[in-house]
Amino acid sequence: MTSSPDESTAEKKEKASSAPKGGAKAKGKAAPKAAKTAGRKKAAAKKAPSAKASAPRRAARKKEGAKKAAAAFTPRIVVFACNWCSYAGADTAGISRLQYSPNFRIIRVMCSGRVHPAFVLRAFELGADGVLVSGCHFGDCHYIFGNERAVEQFEKTKRLLQILGLEEGRLRLEWISAAEGTKFAAVINEFVAQVGALGPSKLAPRELELPQEAEEFADAASLAK
Amino acid sequence: MAPEATVNEKTLQAANVRLCLECGKCTATCLVARYNRSYSPRRLISQALSAGRPPDRQALAICLTCMSCDERCPSGVHFVDLIREWRRATYDREFAGNCSHGGAFQSLMKLMTAEDLEQDRLAWVTEDLKIAERGEVGFFIGCTPYFDAFFTELEVDTLAGVKSTVKILNALGIEPVVSPRERCCGHDLLWGGEQDSFETLARRNVALFEELGVKTLIFNCPEGYYTFKEDYPAVVGALPFEVKHISEFLAERASDLAFDGTQGEAVTFHDPCRLARFSGIVEAPRQALAAAGVEVAEMVRAGRRALCCAGNGWLNCDRFSKEIQVERLREALATGATTLVTSCPKCEIHFRCAMHDPNLGDEIKMEIRDLATAVAARLTEKETDNKTEKPTPKPNEE
Repeated sequence: MTSSPDESTAEKKEKASSAPKGGAKAKGKAAPKAAKTAGRKKAAAKKAPSAKASAPRRAARKKEGAKKAAAAFTPRIVVFACNWCSYAGADTAGISRLQYSPNFRIIRVMCSGRVHPAFVLRAFELGADGVLVSGCHFGDCHYIFGNERAVEQFEKTKRLLQILGLEEGRLRLEWISAAEGTKFAAVINEFVAQVGALGPSKLAPRELELPQEAEEFADAASLAK
Repeated sequence: MAPEATVNEKTLQAANVRLCLECGKCTATCLVARYNRSYSPRRLISQALSAGRPPDRQALAICLTCMSCDERCPSGVHFVDLIREWRRATYDREFAGNCSHGGAFQSLMKLMTAEDLEQDRLAWVTEDLKIAERGEVGFFIGCTPYFDAFFTELEVDTLAGVKSTVKILNALGIEPVVSPRERCCGHDLLWGGEQDSFETLARRNVALFEELGVKTLIFNCPEGYYTFKEDYPAVVGALPFEVKHISEFLAERASDLAFDGTQGEAVTFHDPCRLARFSGIVEAPRQALAAAGVEVAEMVRAGRRALCCAGNGWLNCDRFSKEIQVERLREALATGATTLVTSCPKCEIHFRCAMHDPNLGDEIKMEIRDLATAVAARLTEKETDNKTEKPTPKPNEE
């Protein structure tokens, strides 16, 4: 899986979440939260993986949510965006200073046609609650027919996930051009709400191994609500 | 990269590596080495021994684990066991991206370890197929629903074998237990070195069929059969049920079935490695086909000497794999047969893929059918109705 260079992803996240992140810091809650999360992770890791008693992620998140009262569940969304249209669309959204849900991780691919079922399956395997595949509109593809391949791959992915018993609403295909910053923001907001309503993915591992900043980011995201 | 793995003396002893004569028969037999000049089982071992650490993962992923080398080794070195141990020792999750199909199957298998999994995997069950929720005879479907959903462009129909197996069992008056809660057997995770997820799958599968009251579990896929039989006991202890491959079952019960006795097209049988070399089941599928009145034109390399379909647990696929598949298909066509019967969904997938080579066109095209499908195609209803004493909607034919 080819992810974009770290810097640009980080930048993107920054762009997408500059306001909420600042807000969280101002409240001074981000640091202690992160420490707490780390502690919880350690405790979970100590327990046997098969033991039923091990704190399920769902329960942990619910607890966390109860504390925050407002947001019960922060969906983790992975977005595969094509280099030529959708990724630029996300840029447009950032440049236009649009406010929208920050709880997604964007991965730049050269073409939406490159998003093989393996990419999406891996995202779910590693704990994604929803996956959005996004490319150029038909006729606008930089590679002429790449997005047609994307549809084929997407249909295949959908079939596999359907057999796996995953809700259809966790997977989405969208065509977003470089100019459609507002559409990008709207799609993200809609998708986050949709996946949020579905709750955590049944297929996500119970104990997620996440880098520290990802946890902080998730906390900041849920605080922003 | 994987952590520093060292060559473990215990592993070497268990695989009889210290008995190696360095005769090189393994490399001479190795299918991959015949085409891929940079690969040699003998060199792989000797380099690992002198370096004191297992070969790197890419080199380990090339092995088809077809067991041809073990068959020929005069010293009884278990090269495939060694490969498996080394893959386990050098396991690296990030490697999945290098696997064939982008690691999609590795992800699918790992996703199936989820506790709350609620699969929708019985869409293939049509009204004429009678299945049960609980009972003494179970049927393990394996990954076929996923295969058919994934390999649409190859036009594979691995579920045909599954449906035919149910048909045969129904004709014997058995309504097999088929569960939507069944998971992947974990064969490819085990052979890819992912021990933890494999163990989870093993525990969940065994617990499931035990809970459903299954006493005999029938397999259509030889990989599932071998994994349940030989590798599950290491994780869960002795199995609470008996496992049987459909070919064994057919060979035993074929006399209870009625066949139409027509002469169809000539077929040849391709032995899957997990069935012939690993489980030693060579005669049973041939007996089953003979009982059904299907004549088998044998290939030169049949039974335990059979070539492999070159699909090595979704770890690696390259042009050498394709060359092996083409060689096998040419061999099959040389028998004069127009249909290749096999008993493994993966063999079917890989041969069908090879047939899509645009440079070879129709040169290597032939029908591929599952053993169960080939047998079920010859079934007649007449006598089986009397035997099973079950009312069927169709009136008896002459």
